[in-house]
Amino acid sequence: MSETALSTILFLLFVVGTLAITFWASRHTKTAADYYAGGRSFSGVQNGLAIGGDYMSAASFLGIAGIIALYGYDGFLYSIGFLVAWLVALLLVAELMRNSGKFTMADVLAFRMSPRPVRTAAGVSTITVSIFYLLAQMVGAGALVGLLLGVTSESGKALTIIGVGVLMIVYVVVGGMKGTTWVQIIKAILLMGGATLVTLLVLGHYGFNLSGLLGEAAAQSGKGAAFLEPGLRYGTEAQGLAGKIDLISLGLALVLGTAGLPHILIRFYTVPTAKDARKSVLWGIGIIGTFYLLTLVLGFGAAALVGTSAISEQNAAGNTAAPQLAKAVGALIFGDVGGTILLAVIAAVAFATILAVVAGLTLASSSSFAHDLYAHVFRRGNATEKEEIMVARIAAFAIGAVAIALGILAQKLNVAFLVALAFAVAASGNLPAILYSLFWKRFNTAGAVSAIYGGLVSAVVLVIFSPVVSGSATAMIPDADFAWFPLQNPGIVSIPLGFLAGWLGTILSKEHNEAKFAEIEVRSLTGVGAEKASEH
Amino acid sequence: MTTHQHDSSVYEEIGGSERFQELKRRYRSWAFPMTVAFLAWYLLYVVLSGFARDFMGTKVLGNINIALIFGLLQFVSTFLIAWAYNRHSSAKLDPLADELRHEIEGDK
Repeated sequence: MSETALSTILFLLFVVGTLAITFWASRHTKTAADYYAGGRSFSGVQNGLAIGGDYMSAASFLGIAGIIALYGYDGFLYSIGFLVAWLVALLLVAELMRNSGKFTMADVLAFRMSPRPVRTAAGVSTITVSIFYLLAQMVGAGALVGLLLGVTSESGKALTIIGVGVLMIVYVVVGGMKGTTWVQIIKAILLMGGATLVTLLVLGHYGFNLSGLLGEAAAQSGKGAAFLEPGLRYGTEAQGLAGKIDLISLGLALVLGTAGLPHILIRFYTVPTAKDARKSVLWGIGIIGTFYLLTLVLGFGAAALVGTSAISEQNAAGNTAAPQLAKAVGALIFGDVGGTILLAVIAAVAFATILAVVAGLTLASSSSFAHDLYAHVFRRGNATEKEEIMVARIAAFAIGAVAIALGILAQKLNVAFLVALAFAVAASGNLPAILYSLFWKRFNTAGAVSAIYGGLVSAVVLVIFSPVVSGSATAMIPDADFAWFPLQNPGIVSIPLGFLAGWLGTILSKEHNEAKFAEIEVRSLTGVGAEKASEH
Repeated sequence: MTTHQHDSSVYEEIGGSERFQELKRRYRSWAFPMTVAFLAWYLLYVVLSGFARDFMGTKVLGNINIALIFGLLQFVSTFLIAWAYNRHSSAKLDPLADELRHEIEGDK
């Protein structure tokens, strides 16, 4: 049997299994708390796994392994930013949000502000961030399937994007948060299992001698010791000072963006108490940290065993490094059949990864549309629960359809920068609004609205006029040149701007509500009046 | 559903109480400086990766250089801070928070 057939079968097993769980979950999804927050009945461990599932996207699994395989050490810089970021979520955001919010990020802001403008801003930002992220994943899915299943025709790739999109819509519309969370849990277990297996085989092949593996990777890469040092991908000497500042800018967006990503924030609502939210982040940190250590071995292993040139021949961004490594190491240890089986397993895991992440993003954006924009802005809080869930499902369907259409249209464009942009917007707009709301007594409606729009607009505008959109051979629009901002990552400018806009908006408006701040402060730290788990 | 509705004066009263202020102090005096510390530690790593490449490339043991050790130390510090925060919360924050919550919710 060919590897294509085998990975298709494995992937179909995943799809059938997760669909069965989704339809089971739908029978237990009755209230808004069920649909948006899985009835708040997941345990800390389960939600910790789901956090891993939501977070370890194809960009971090295939992308980081690929960057390490092609450029060596610099891929590791990415993983470290992604991991350290979780301390911001753990120390400052997770528990306090669980205690003071209900379903979306905007709940925490709307608590002490004028709800309509704040919910509008938070809804716009949530949907924007999620669509950016979603689009990058959809285009990635098309390209990946093309490589792994040998689908090369345009229509074949488009069909893949439609397939991924339809499945994602079914998970979210039918299963709500409960179904989506189980998809994340299963995906996280499969991904950790697959990555651990390949890592152990690679390390075993080198007699568990890390230095030996690194030496072989450096030799195979043709770049020698420089392959094990920072500087081949980000802030190369050729890019000069701007490149190095760009590296710091990227680092800032990675470390501050996670705690402002809407699909991550809504995870904290799926557990019964703030203590469980803490526990889930602790588990998340353990899983995600272990995973990034595995990708380090996968990346260097791919450089050593597959070779940098064989990887870039397959895919210029190195996205197939991990599957190629699986095939190579499997063949080395178990013979050709072993290589075929291992490749099929890793390819199926990669599909599961994409599918789970896009489902999480669709859920976050459709929830915010229904709960923030529809129920509270359009209907001014007069929508019934049933109506709200119905709107959420329609929104999930619509957002999914938009993501499919954009994914097909953007197929030939280089949209990899959209993931970094999503992090930059989250760090520049959402994070200041959340932190100010939780900790700053004087903060007010004008401040929240200016922080969100200020951060969102500055990050997006700077990227539009950056070299990733125009003015370079690898840009999204290589034939045009309207770039004047020298950095690829806007964070170093847009994050301070977001915080500044929030501060300025606040002090320029007289409004503030001390009684409500006292309430959110007491509630967030003690858990008084926090939403309880629903009982069935 | 057991969502308690209090008028806001209850929260202002509790918020001003000595025990709540103590809870807030215990939380902030741990979380805020630690956030500054890990962000500074992380930024130091990123800045050195950009501007001190010779130093980062110094080999320590076989092919293992300072850049790799520094990166792995970021993992170690992240795991340690997460563990320490959990310990701090369980020992110093949870009992006080639970006590205050029971008092406020129990009076209904």
